[in-house]
Amino acid sequence: MPVAGLVYSSFVVYPTPRNLNYWWTFGAILTFMLGVQIVTGVVLAMHYTPHVDFAFNSVEQIMRDVNYGWLLRYLHANGASMFFFAAYVHMFRGMYYGSYKEPREVLWILGVIILLLMIMTGFMGYVLPWGQMSFWAATVITNLFSAIPLVGESIVTWLWGGYAVGNPTLNRFYALHYLLPFVIAGVVVLHIWALHMVGQNNPDGIEPVTERDTVAFTPYATLKDAFLTIVFCILFAWLVFYTPNYLGHSDNYIPANPSVTPTHIVPEWYYLPFYAILRAIPNKLLGVVALGASIVILAFLPWLDTSPVRSARYRPLYRQFFWLFFIVCVGLGWLGSKPPEGAYVLLARIFTAYYFAYFLIILPVLGRVEKTKPLPASISQAVLRQGLPAGAPAPAPGGTPRA
Amino acid sequence: MTAIATTEPTRRDFLYIATGTVAAIGTAGVLWPLIAQMNPDASTIAAGAPVEVDLSPVPEGQTIKVFWRSKPIFIAHRTKKQIEDAQKVDVAKLPDPQPDSARVKPGHDQWQVLIAICTHLGCIPLAEQGPYDGYFCPCHGSVYDTSGRIRQGPAPANLALPPYEFISDTKIRIGATGSAAA
Repeated sequence: MPVAGLVYSSFVVYPTPRNLNYWWTFGAILTFMLGVQIVTGVVLAMHYTPHVDFAFNSVEQIMRDVNYGWLLRYLHANGASMFFFAAYVHMFRGMYYGSYKEPREVLWILGVIILLLMIMTGFMGYVLPWGQMSFWAATVITNLFSAIPLVGESIVTWLWGGYAVGNPTLNRFYALHYLLPFVIAGVVVLHIWALHMVGQNNPDGIEPVTERDTVAFTPYATLKDAFLTIVFCILFAWLVFYTPNYLGHSDNYIPANPSVTPTHIVPEWYYLPFYAILRAIPNKLLGVVALGASIVILAFLPWLDTSPVRSARYRPLYRQFFWLFFIVCVGLGWLGSKPPEGAYVLLARIFTAYYFAYFLIILPVLGRVEKTKPLPASISQAVLRQGLPAGAPAPAPGGTPRA
Repeated sequence: MTAIATTEPTRRDFLYIATGTVAAIGTAGVLWPLIAQMNPDASTIAAGAPVEVDLSPVPEGQTIKVFWRSKPIFIAHRTKKQIEDAQKVDVAKLPDPQPDSARVKPGHDQWQVLIAICTHLGCIPLAEQGPYDGYFCPCHGSVYDTSGRIRQGPAPANLALPPYEFISDTKIRIGATGSAAA
């Protein structure tokens, strides 16, 4: 079986750029979290009942009666938050270091597909406990599709399986929530395959030239990944054992009531930036379009950014716009949690404008006008220069690479 | 000829063994909740609590069926003849030797309390049936006597006895007290 040889060539001797920093460990962390979610999810599925009359109680039974049920549930719910946190870090890394640029466009697009699948999976998972937030989030998000002209209402009815969110909706969301993680796993395999076809990017954004530029994946990358995964798990454990409901909404401990809408319907934190964009546009259809566009536009990033230089380390002007973009994303997330009133509305519109302007105006223009810093000759040369103060002379040529 | 070096254990050896031990303990710690969650949960254990049965409405010669821990239980009020037949059997000749005295509570040998699950493949036998006026399993023809012992047919063992005790002359509690453990 070629499996052993494949594992060996892909994860043991695989040549890895020697200058990778800790931001590169989040791919491994994400794979680990996908495993955690699938294992805890399957085990929870042994005790959960996907029926409107029993779902809420079955979750409470898990929390109270099932051996270690409380642990499994908190691992799964907080695991979803950690999963998205790692995914956003992973994506921001890609944007900063230009990992989406040629020849890694397919890799990046597969990543956008994984993000979309994660968003769908997380949304459906949140509906399953059938609390107030579960029900009303399902109602709001499925109602988005009614914005589609002509066929919108039919699509919504088709999604619901009825005239409102109800038992058919819950049951099919459960089936799909169980299925999609395995689809994600399949796309992750493609994602890693695409990565290995072209090799990893690195913080300097220049391709490895000689074998001095790379090290074997095991033990270097393996242990670096393992180390940060453990640190990551410390944060995860903090959430699970000390503040397991901090990221959640207390209204979801109220059984779903179709006749009472909660005062503030808010999604989980990882959807808040998109929620803010949706609400920033005053038109129903255009708001939905903006929501979809805010994710889909990511797929075009390789072609929107025109700079021939990959890494932000050598793009001082780009760096400033990038950090502004980061602040805008976090700001949109904060605004998504606020009621859509007063100054919050204006701020959300300004931030949404910057979000799209970043992709559609700033990046295309910047690539052409920016004065970039000179790139190092090779990765190993860049690594050897590190550790010297900025103004110091270059190290003596005695240790420079052969050929 | 190779020389065998007798060296002190190195720091590396210590680290390997210590790391391996911690990893093994950690793995066990991770696996345990995943395995334990499949054991009966608190509500199932609570539903399996002991049941008390009042025997006074059961006349001589009749058998009633109750449930304990989702298992069917026969409670038979045996007649004098049924008790005699059960006691005067040559125990050594039985497929699963057991005297009747071991299958009743002392002083209460008119009461036979059995788990009504055939020891062959799990069907519920029919009471007051078969050549011994005991129990007969219609699935594959196993025949039990008035003490619930296997006499003929494919079943390998006597009908099992649940844990029970007499809390008065006319009341039993099935399920030992304090048996709430998984």
